Amino acid sequence: MEILVCVKRVPDTSENEIEINNSGSDIERDDLVYSVNEWDNYAVEEAIQIRDNVGGSVTVVTVGDDESEEVLRREMAMGADNGIHLLDDAFEGSDGKGFATILKAEVEKGKYDLILTGAQADDGAGQVGGMLAAMLDYPYASLVNKIDVVDDKKIKVGREIEGGNQEMNEIQLPCVLSIQTGINEPRYVGIRGIRKVASVEIPVHAAGDLGIAPESVGEAGAKVKRADYFVPELGEGAEILEGSTDEVIEELIKRLKEKGGIK
Amino acid sequence: MAQQVFAYIAHKEGTADDTALELVAAAKKLDPNASVTAIVFGPDAVCNDVAASYNEVWKIGTDAYPNAEVIRKALVNILPADAILLVPHDTFGMDLAPGLSVKLDSAFVADAVDFEGIEDGKLKVVRQEYSGMVSTHVLCDISNGAVINVRPGAFQPDESKSAGGQVTDKTGDAGDLGETTRRFLEIVEAEAGDVDITKSEILISVGRGIEDEDNLEIISELAEAMGGDVSCSRPIVDAKWLEKSRQVGTSGQTVKPKVYMALGISGSFQHMGGIKGAPFMVAVNKNPKAPIFQVADVGVVADILEFVPELSEKVGEAK
Repeated sequence: MEILVCVKRVPDTSENEIEINNSGSDIERDDLVYSVNEWDNYAVEEAIQIRDNVGGSVTVVTVGDDESEEVLRREMAMGADNGIHLLDDAFEGSDGKGFATILKAEVEKGKYDLILTGAQADDGAGQVGGMLAAMLDYPYASLVNKIDVVDDKKIKVGREIEGGNQEMNEIQLPCVLSIQTGINEPRYVGIRGIRKVASVEIPVHAAGDLGIAPESVGEAGAKVKRADYFVPELGEGAEILEGSTDEVIEELIKRLKEKGGIK
Repeated sequence: MAQQVFAYIAHKEGTADDTALELVAAAKKLDPNASVTAIVFGPDAVCNDVAASYNEVWKIGTDAYPNAEVIRKALVNILPADAILLVPHDTFGMDLAPGLSVKLDSAFVADAVDFEGIEDGKLKVVRQEYSGMVSTHVLCDISNGAVINVRPGAFQPDESKSAGGQVTDKTGDAGDLGETTRRFLEIVEAEAGDVDITKSEILISVGRGIEDEDNLEIISELAEAMGGDVSCSRPIVDAKWLEKSRQVGTSGQTVKPKVYMALGISGSFQHMGGIKGAPFMVAVNKNPKAPIFQVADVGVVADILEFVPELSEKVGEAK
């Protein structure tokens, strides 16, 4: 099975406090720790496991700036066979459709049976997988938390739906799936693994290589644009208990007792 | 706004979902003068249920749900070219909407929580990013139509039932409703766990802030001291540290305790969506900007790894 996994470099929210810059035009990006989008990491692990079971190859692809190459290398250190970097100034400011348009052009240069994306990203909308599938006229399923390969024509997938239930579907290949966290346990990537792939050449494709008209993607082609960032005012918020730890605990226990929180 | 507004009606067991009336409010916020049409795939009971709240109801008689591929094709066939379609941002809406917007060649916005007017053909939408830590205004060019997924619970349901619309059967216009490249098989129900947290009065809920599986012990100790049960947010289940049956949230259990302790939980809307009945909520988090502090009653800014053991000890003494 030839598998393509779309990955993205994002600020790691477990490592950072996300704050807004002075003008409100963006989040404060100085000193942010970046990593591969958590959902994408599960998608790569799933692809590697499928390849190890049925044969084939795993290619990771990203649309992003120079620094995005590090996430490709990280995922190759995990076990992906190839990386492809889609890089062009014209791609900057793309909306979901822009990203899907760029990825579609790359998909059409290869021959993939299965295309995986993460179900969402912290700075995204969970949209690119579904858009890519529609552009390719491939079937699609989102929030996938189980994949069983039936044969080289079809697979069975489970979707995570409300209430912890799972919706099972049979889907024909080639298809696009967006992968939910928890589908597997992504393997650990050590420094040694990253060193091993440090000098592997990663092809870079620009708009021209992909036959994409620059004005159809990026800021120019975007129908949906972020205007600004702000911190929402949502009601009064919690009453923050202040004082020494002992004082805070004493007050908290008093409140909990009032509300029946200590049996 | 010249365009027609439509709402996709989610329903279950012959009853419209809560989002059906929330989308009425969303549509009115979008355009107070809009004539809003409900689209129902399925039973007459649901059509009649929402008819009072919508100007018109389009019925497509099919049991194609939950096959988003079939429903997408039908929507492409029946919607006018520049339609504005509102869809609940639930697991079905996420499956349906992005691809639908491509097929309609219209704009797409996911997980909208508010609308702030239209200027020069651009709709100003409020969204959240980074698990709700920041919000953004998004400008969406709706001149060629739009598919907008609306967060469940973001709009207060419009209970006025003041529209009194007619039901029109559009099944004939929907085209072939047979399955093709994707076939729905079955729903596998979640396994029951050793504790039913949906019945718990006191929940001690733990999130990513616990950092390591071994640290879960301090949560169990507090639960024991308080006489409550341990529940958790999604990352704990993804890491396989606790069973799925203990997960609170839209993709887990819906709970209605009297007291909810959110420990090291940032408070994403998916998590909050699983908490009903307005419990007394205490949040402990070392990040003072965590969204959980916006919804909790009482907050403590502290590292749970240090705070929780001390709290357990004092609760034990106080009993």
